[in-house]
Amino acid sequence: MSTDAQLIRSDITAYLSKYEQKELLRFVAVGSVDDGKSTLIGRLLHDTGMVYEDQLAAVKAASKMEDGGIDFSLLTDGLRAEREQGITIDVAYRYFSTDARKFIIADTPGHIQYTRNMVTGASTANVGIILIDARLGVLQQSRRHAFIASLLGIPHLAVCVNKMDLVDYDEQVFDRIVAEFKAFAADLDFKDVTCFPISALKGVNIVEAAAETPWYLGPNVLQYLETVEIHDDLNRVDFRFPVQCVLRPNLNYRGFAGQIASGFVEPGDTLMSLPSGKTSQVKAVDLGGVPCDGAAVPQSVSIRLEDEIDVSRGDMLVKADNLPRVTRTVDAHVVWMSEAPLDTQKSYLLKHTTQTVRAQVMKVRAKIDMDTLEDGDGSSVGLNDIAKVTIGCTRALYIDAYKRNRGTGSFILVDSLTNNTVASGMIEAPAAGQDLDALLRETRAGSAIEPKTQVSPRERFDRMGQHGATVWLTGLPGSGRWALAYALERRLFDEGRTATVVDPTGNDFQGILSACKAATDAGFITICAYDSYQRDKRHVLRGRVGTERVLHVYINTDVAICRERRPNANFDGFEPPVEPDITVALDTVRLGDAVDFIVDQLGRRGQFERPD
Amino acid sequence: MHIDKQRLTHLQQLETESIHIIREAAAEFDNPVMLYSIGKDSGVMAHLALKAFAPGKPPFPFMHVDTTWKFSDMIRFRDQYAKDNGIDLLVHTNQEGKAADINPFDHGSAHYTNVMKTDGLKQALDKYQFDCAFGGARRDEERSRAKERIFSFRDDHHQWDPKNQRPELWNAYNTRIRKGESVRVFPLSNWTELDVWLYILREDIPIVPLYLARPRPVVERDGTLIMVDDERMRLHEGEVPMTMSVRFRTLGCYPLSGAVESEAADVASVVQEMLTNTFSERQGRLIDFDEDGSMERKKRDGYF
Repeated sequence: MSTDAQLIRSDITAYLSKYEQKELLRFVAVGSVDDGKSTLIGRLLHDTGMVYEDQLAAVKAASKMEDGGIDFSLLTDGLRAEREQGITIDVAYRYFSTDARKFIIADTPGHIQYTRNMVTGASTANVGIILIDARLGVLQQSRRHAFIASLLGIPHLAVCVNKMDLVDYDEQVFDRIVAEFKAFAADLDFKDVTCFPISALKGVNIVEAAAETPWYLGPNVLQYLETVEIHDDLNRVDFRFPVQCVLRPNLNYRGFAGQIASGFVEPGDTLMSLPSGKTSQVKAVDLGGVPCDGAAVPQSVSIRLEDEIDVSRGDMLVKADNLPRVTRTVDAHVVWMSEAPLDTQKSYLLKHTTQTVRAQVMKVRAKIDMDTLEDGDGSSVGLNDIAKVTIGCTRALYIDAYKRNRGTGSFILVDSLTNNTVASGMIEAPAAGQDLDALLRETRAGSAIEPKTQVSPRERFDRMGQHGATVWLTGLPGSGRWALAYALERRLFDEGRTATVVDPTGNDFQGILSACKAATDAGFITICAYDSYQRDKRHVLRGRVGTERVLHVYINTDVAICRERRPNANFDGFEPPVEPDITVALDTVRLGDAVDFIVDQLGRRGQFERPD
Repeated sequence: MHIDKQRLTHLQQLETESIHIIREAAAEFDNPVMLYSIGKDSGVMAHLALKAFAPGKPPFPFMHVDTTWKFSDMIRFRDQYAKDNGIDLLVHTNQEGKAADINPFDHGSAHYTNVMKTDGLKQALDKYQFDCAFGGARRDEERSRAKERIFSFRDDHHQWDPKNQRPELWNAYNTRIRKGESVRVFPLSNWTELDVWLYILREDIPIVPLYLARPRPVVERDGTLIMVDDERMRLHEGEVPMTMSVRFRTLGCYPLSGAVESEAADVASVVQEMLTNTFSERQGRLIDFDEDGSMERKKRDGYF
């Protein structure tokens, strides 16, 4: 019986003032399918009295346990679709409190394809709980979960060796798993790793000392959650204040509103505003419009300065003697969270604190091999992959290493076409120091992205349903090549493709080449029949546009017919193509059939999106 | 104690996170609105919005979707609260629904709620072209809410796709949308019912008197106590209103809101009763009883 329950009945006011003082702890629970994670959470909720009778009645009714018991996992598995699949599919948040603390649980699915959900839940967690099936021991899956938890900067790890009831609560089984896990975790970044022998199903070592494990003398899971020290996990040293908005209700008040990302601030402190580099003293720190003695991470405040310096959303206030790194290029781990793979040729939006800039992944340095957890081949990065990348930005960011500062060391990438969040980023430690001059130069520097198109070929393909190409038609005067060019354009257009004929009027060969390249880059099926008697000219064309993007069509209509059609034309010096992609004779093949043939060839080359 | 050593209580932490959320949405969206339902959660959300921009006013209007069947106490309270705090208040009613006299007696709670509440809300959002609507929903209220993001994307038909939500990490919120799409923002996502009551106590936030026990005229119907709030209440044969000391755990349309017998006449007593109670909060709200999983379906359709 909880002492709180008695206090609620006897003195509600005393209870409320006690409750109000409780600290908040967030934890994320991860496990593979069938590790019993939902059961553990359901058990915690139930055993701490957080389940109302009507909820419990609904769960009892839905339980299909062999022994007629309660399926605690049903307390947490919310959505219809996942009830049908019998697994949790997305992050769910749960709440409970005890005499000591209030808890927020991020309940995330553990199988590998849902890395992104685990990362989501882990991003704000103080504690990570990993479940290991006592019968199976430390699986690769468990290592992955620990690796991700460490990467996301969770300070404290709790390893629950579950289903101890199925190994007869054997101490040796537990010790073996603990030894193996701790050896592995020694290379990770946790402040501490604590292991528990539990049975979620039977409620062993969850909220009470268990008779089943007399050899285990440590705390149970709940005791641990109630006492693990989290106060010093926040960075209380480096003051960083990303400005969310400027409060200017009247001429006498000008406050910069935001949430303190790290450190603390007091009236009288000398602050520098980035990017301007201007400094001023703090006149007041206001909480809800009322001045206070000072404030610390993670409080939302508004700061008033002595001087009228220009500060707006996206700027950052810092202490003049403790500056962040200011840079337009960052090295980071990214977790890819989108079905569309990472595209190094397109630009994304990068949101870092309150600033959003254009950014491009300039280099994928490695992709983490999720089997070995070591650097692997980074040639492609897709959904749920973790990669080490270098990102260039159009403007300077004010950063710290993620390990030192979760607030200024993290960012998200957003696809500006779909508006989806495609990646989350954890910034690596920047190289050695930067003096004030270098810092301010960086704030004034231009974009770190080389000035070139920010629209990648893949994006164009997604939009247009086709890759750009140049269909180059060669043949004698009178061979019918221009007629074929325009017929092909019409057909492609009718089929929903984007095509154009580069008109020869007023153009020389160089001009034609430029036009073909530009239209092909833009994703058009570009059609041209400009004179190119010499093989050299066609060679130059391939050089400019790219061999793989040129479809060379030779129209070898009978010479006699050509001469009959165009008696005054110049037929000298024509060099027939050596290896054209397509050869058609328009005296024996009908125009429509020739068009069919070319369109078919384009399709075979993978020019067009395949129908779904 | 020096400022860098100070510990935030969980309430201070929730408050500070909610203020960050409200400011972030206000800064990034062109045309936000705060949906104000007059209930206690709305009261807390409104209070947080006032704090976020103090000493100024929130840079967005508040809006109440009025089904015309709210308790008269609620409407009085709403207008006084807006006046006292200098809030720009919009009130929208589904006029087609009103003209067709859609009411909870003739049309059933599901249809009535759909027309007067869900459609009314969508109409209002379309009318004013709001790209962001703050709502006071909490994740602990109902299981499908537990999965919803704080910044929850809605397509141009106001629909929520629970299987295709944007990842939401740290306090980095993606606010990018196309024209016609919108985002529902839930600053109280991580608050529990007890947190809301504690905060009301700590900050002395005004609430509708219906939350506190008073003698009121009620009839018992299908095991629920319904208050006879005005002359439109249709009494079944043999029903005679009786005066009982009751209060409401959640407030909505009076014919759909069940009262509980109570002597708790102040907030602390309400909390005391709640903590010793063993039934979850939405028990008093009839619209959830339609069928299992009904809230999830309503939300897909655009209900808050």
